[in-house]
Amino acid sequence: MISIKDLQVSYRLGTRTIHAVDGVTLDIPDGCIVGIAGESGCGKSTLMKAIYGDITSPMHLSRGSITYGLKSAKGRQVTAQNIREEWFKSISYVPQSSMNSLNPVIRIREQFIDFPGTDSNKKRVLERARAYMGKLGLPPEAMDSYPHQLSGGMRQRMMIGLATFFQPELIIADEPTTALDVVVQKDILMLLMELQEEMKNTILVVSHDMGVHYQVTHKMLIMYAGRVVEYGDTDSVFSDPQHPYTKMLIDSLPTIGDDSMRGLMASAAGASGDRAYRVEPILHEVKPGHFVAQAAAAAVAQSVGA
Amino acid sequence: MTFILKTEGLNKVYRLGSFVRSRKIQALNDVNITVESDKPVVIAVVGESGSGKTTLAKTLLRLETPTSGRAIVYDRPVVGVGSISSRKEFLSTVQPIFQNPFEAFSRYRPVDSYLHETARRVANMGEKEAEDAVADALDSVGLDYREVSGKYTNQFSGGELQRISVARALIPQPQLIVADEPVSMIDASRRMIIINLFKRLRDEAGRSFVYITHDLATAYYISDYIAVMNKGRVVEFGKAREVMSNPQHDYTQLLLSSIPTTTSRWRPRLRAAG
Repeated sequence: MISIKDLQVSYRLGTRTIHAVDGVTLDIPDGCIVGIAGESGCGKSTLMKAIYGDITSPMHLSRGSITYGLKSAKGRQVTAQNIREEWFKSISYVPQSSMNSLNPVIRIREQFIDFPGTDSNKKRVLERARAYMGKLGLPPEAMDSYPHQLSGGMRQRMMIGLATFFQPELIIADEPTTALDVVVQKDILMLLMELQEEMKNTILVVSHDMGVHYQVTHKMLIMYAGRVVEYGDTDSVFSDPQHPYTKMLIDSLPTIGDDSMRGLMASAAGASGDRAYRVEPILHEVKPGHFVAQAAAAAVAQSVGA
Repeated sequence: MTFILKTEGLNKVYRLGSFVRSRKIQALNDVNITVESDKPVVIAVVGESGSGKTTLAKTLLRLETPTSGRAIVYDRPVVGVGSISSRKEFLSTVQPIFQNPFEAFSRYRPVDSYLHETARRVANMGEKEAEDAVADALDSVGLDYREVSGKYTNQFSGGELQRISVARALIPQPQLIVADEPVSMIDASRRMIIINLFKRLRDEAGRSFVYITHDLATAYYISDYIAVMNKGRVVEFGKAREVMSNPQHDYTQLLLSSIPTTTSRWRPRLRAAG
């Protein structure tokens, strides 16, 4: 279990300091897919970077802590200090537009055996990798190709293959399918779900598409202005959203076959300028396992009526 | 009845590679779309990347010359043999909205200068007239001229900039606006503002739209007609409600079944341990 306590992550910009993540407290249980939603600038990518331990200037942890319930291969407790040693072993990261993060001038197999921590017997690793990629629906030659010879969908499959090959206990995927078409997106998401069911690891998926979240995740985390707005089981969050911001996110896109013009809600909110939502720093448990950043139930009713 | 949009055998072939060893790519393969109506309409063109939908948009905007075929907008030939030759006349009939508003406007010029230029050069307006037209256009997309004036692209959000692109397109009073993926660069929670704006402009200002997108949900929401493209061909075309509720072509069915919805799941989500 990953336990985040009162985490504040800030960026220093000249004399100003911006708190991109501001007081997040969160427990992420093992063995589930957690979806993270919110608009650009809400701090979701920053939170993912902090969990991954990729903290470089001007970004820094200004308060709080992250504890990982992970043990390294040598049996050592993984902490925020030594998390970098676990990269590509027990924790891996699929960055945004990751299909473009393969090195364009060397063959994929070279990049693969380049990963730190791979078996010293490169031949054996490659053999296993080839078999694994075949399982993911990639042709065996794919490993011997240069990235540009593969389609976007194949490259994304390859990235997911690389990220899951060492069976990490935690995978962070930042918008893993955003640049892909719906047909390819479905393939990739199905693959991700299958792999997770097999490996029983924890996957954090950042996406702005609520449809993707509904399809893939077990738990949902909604962020707004650096804070957690709502956190709970996906079914509970979608069937009974508590915070007005969550409701707006769920209702903001139209559904095929639904002519009730749900999207109009979003335009009403947008017409009056960018609507600001109030996010309390303390989460409230409204149902078992369903938390909302709202002072009391009365406040929910009030802001919905407004 | 007016032919709002009619394409006749549009073909576009791109050549890749060198002179001796070139490969042909048929980006548009005999595209025939006919929309005849008395009322303004929204025509959605959907399909995955490489399906030719952007080439179709570029062809309708005269940014690409078709290899063969022609297109008619509001009974006037605009593309291909015998089309209107004046660029000004063309731009007062068809106007574009592009995918990325941050690329459509230069970072080094105030955004409203583009609106002025469109008013002066395309719509042939005088100084005073142009000023009013810009203010009106911005007003119709829900923005205040005083707040936009003199500002640069980095002072706006993607959604605001895209609304400014719409305002610019409206200035010459075009009959058809071709919007190529107008919301894909905008935050999901702000997309419907643009989509609903198109709807309002169709119903209240009488503008027709060609809405190019890979997002079938918004296409369903606003369009009257829909063309599904795959590998340069229009595989299915018809009234949007009919196509979406009763898709005939395999590819349309595949597209529709691949949309992640919030109503039914592809596979059950068993709550894992923990």
